[in-house]
Formats: sequence, structure tokens, C-alpha cells
Amino acid sequence: MEKYLNILNIAIYGSAVLLMLIGLYGALTKKSLIKIVLGLSILDSGVHLLMIAIGYLKDGTAPIFSPGNEDKMNIMVDPIPQALVLTAIVIGFGVTAVALSLVIRLYRHHNTLRIDEIKKLKW
Amino acid sequence: MKKVIVLISLGILGFYLIDIFLGIGFGVQHFTAGVKDLYLSNSKDTLKVSNVVTAIVVNFRGFDTLGEVTVLFLASTALGGILYKKRHHVGERSVLFPASRVVMSGAKLLFPSIVLLGAYVFIHGHLSPGGGFQGGTIIATGFLLMLLTYRNYSVSHNRLVYFESLAGILFVSIGLVGYFSKGSFLENVLPVGNMNELFSGGVIGIIYIAVGFKVAAELTGIIYTVLHEKD
Amino acid sequence: MIYIILTLTLLLLMIASAVYAIWQKDLLYAVIASGILSLFLSIVFLILQAPDVALTEAAIGVALTTIIFIIAIRNTVRFEDEHDKKKVKTTTK
Repeated sequence: MEKYLNILNIAIYGSAVLLMLIGLYGALTKKSLIKIVLGLSILDSGVHLLMIAIGYLKDGTAPIFSPGNEDKMNIMVDPIPQALVLTAIVIGFGVTAVALSLVIRLYRHHNTLRIDEIKKLKW
Repeated sequence: MKKVIVLISLGILGFYLIDIFLGIGFGVQHFTAGVKDLYLSNSKDTLKVSNVVTAIVVNFRGFDTLGEVTVLFLASTALGGILYKKRHHVGERSVLFPASRVVMSGAKLLFPSIVLLGAYVFIHGHLSPGGGFQGGTIIATGFLLMLLTYRNYSVSHNRLVYFESLAGILFVSIGLVGYFSKGSFLENVLPVGNMNELFSGGVIGIIYIAVGFKVAAELTGIIYTVLHEKD
Repeated sequence: MIYIILTLTLLLLMIASAVYAIWQKDLLYAVIASGILSLFLSIVFLILQAPDVALTEAAIGVALTTIIFIIAIRNTVRFEDEHDKKKVKTTTK
């Protein structure tokens, strides 16, 4: 059992870091502005998965005192990262909406989405 | 060339991140255990709230939630400001295909139950998974369904503004009542009931209902503004 | 055992849809792939015992973010390469 837990350990942390790196790669190398915003939102997802994985406890239950569950306090998973991620997801949606509205505005002004053709945003 | 540089630096970054987090360990008790036990026992004994995440979001970290709702409000305002046009014609939206009769009837049938589900989720936020943010988002998806189906379905901006302002004022005034009677902002002033009942947890239920209305109004406003954006 | 296989499959599908979302030139397909990524992510949150976060991710990540991206694509161009713009104008209008 210890070996399988180790596999899950590497898999979950590895995929969270991989998601972050994929998003960062997209945001750094792509030319289209919508692709950049998409990369940033994938980066967000990776960070959320990482924070939830830190709070996980093996064979734990969700932090809810449902009836018949009131004395299982020491096997509950950590509720603090969950509260933090709950906030972060909603804020991330607001940030994405504002970024996309700026993209629409830029398109209307420059008539293109490629950042190497918009002169003021050149890399 | 640029891609190679980016790939190499991302590889180095990823190696160090993996190294650090494998050192922390997965599924074991670690450095946050003391804070976790404090929150769990406080939520069970003094607040009588079943869902500990709700207790943290609304009560122990309630001021953060007020800031979060403010950020969402600012995002909605900024969106309206950025996409502002002088001749903003409201009403008929241009769509590629009009929705078929089946979709129209189905949307009309589904819309009340979606709103009811959202209200259920935020009223029972302290008993079961869910809460103001989730319920508000579900209600906003209901409005999104109606806006996508009917091309002349319109949401009154004034009504959205009233709901949002009233919910915000309710949130802040509950916090101020706690400040003036108990000495700290968002302190609990109502009696906490028994565990796993609807009227338990003091002000948490009322605050989450206010947050639900506020989030639903803000997200509906964002969707409505962006959806009517067509040059 | 079946639990571990399920988790590994979900993580693999998640990574695959993220790679597809970055690699695809058609932005509409890329956005749909990122919505699928959010769906798998919310199931992973449920497995990691975080039902509140799973609900939020399912509502915001799958529905609202995808719709906002699709509206932005409708108002701008659909393809990542600029010279495909004329083709889009003729195919969608």
C-alpha cells in the first residue's frame, strides 16, 4: 500500500506542476492574445490542484460534521486550503472576464490579435 | 530559439517545484495541523456549524470574503467601463441560428428549477457542500441559458443594481452590528442553534444568503454586458 | 486499487486536454478542451475530499469561463494564425 500511495504522491504533485508549466509555456510563447489568457487560466487550475493536494489526508473525510460523523475530527482533511481555493476560483473568473474585455477592446482598436503586430506590445 | 529558452527555464523551474513538494509529502499531517484542529473544534463547539469550509469563509475569515465580493464588484464595473459604447442598443441580439422550439420550451421548463437549485445550495450552505458563491453561480448559469435561448430576453440592469447594493449593505451592516455590540467586525450576535439544523450558526446563514444574491447579480451583469457586445 | 487507477486516468486525461488546448490552432476547439480540463479537475477535487471546491469549479470553470471565452472569440477572430481570418469571415457569415 505504501508503494501505491507513493505513486499517487508523484502523480498528483507531478500533474499539478505539469499543468502550471503547460499554462506558463502557452502564455510565454504563443502570439495570439486569447491563447495567452487561456494559458493563464490553465496555470490557475494547476495552482488550485496543488493547494488542494497539500491539504489532503490519507483515508480522510471531507470537513463536514454530518450526523454520525461528529467524532472523526482527526481524520478530516485540512479545510483551510479549500477555503482559500474557493476564493481564488471566483477571483480568477473576474480576472479572466476583465482580461478578455481588454482583448476585445484591443482587437477593435488594432484589428488584429497577434502581439507581434500590435507595435506597443512587442516582446 | 525563444521556445528553446522558455522550455529550458520551465524545465528547471518544474524540477525544483517537484523536488520541494515531494519533500512536503502527500496525505500526511504536516505543518498546518495545529491551525486545522483549532478551526475544526471551534466550528464544532462554539459555532455549531457542520460545514467547516463555510465557517472559515464566512466567520473566521469573513473580512476576506467581504474583500473578495468587492473585487468581483470591481471586475463587473471595470467590464462595463471597458466595453462602454455610446449607442448601446439593447434588445434584439444578432445570432447565427435562432433557437428551435424544443430548445425554447426546454429552457423555459428548466429555468425555474435551476434558480431553485441555486437558492437551495446557498440557503443550506452551512449544512452541506455549497454556499453563496456556488449558489450564485448556479443562478447565473440559469440566466445564461435564458439569454442564449431567447434573443430578446433582457435583464433589468436597475433591478440587478438594487439586489447587489442591498446584499452588500446587508453584509456590511451585519458586520457593523457585531462590531458595536460584541467588539469585533462580523462577530456573531445571534444565538447559535443545534448542530445540523437549518437555523444554526448564528449570522452565517444570513451572510451567505446575502453573498449568494450579490454573486448572482454580479455574474449575471457580467454575462449580460459581454453577451450584448457586438459591433 | 480501482481508486488509484481511476485517479491516474483522470490526471492523464487532464494533462492531455491541457496540451491539446495549448497546441490547437483553432481557438474554439482549444477553449472547449480547457472546459473539459475543468470538468476532470472538478472530479479530481471530489476524489481529494473537497466537495465545496468541486461544486465551484464545476459551475465556474466549466460553464461561465467557457462561455466568456466563446463570446470573446465571436467578437474577434477564430483562428490563431492571422491569415485564416478571411476564411472565417466567409464560413461563419
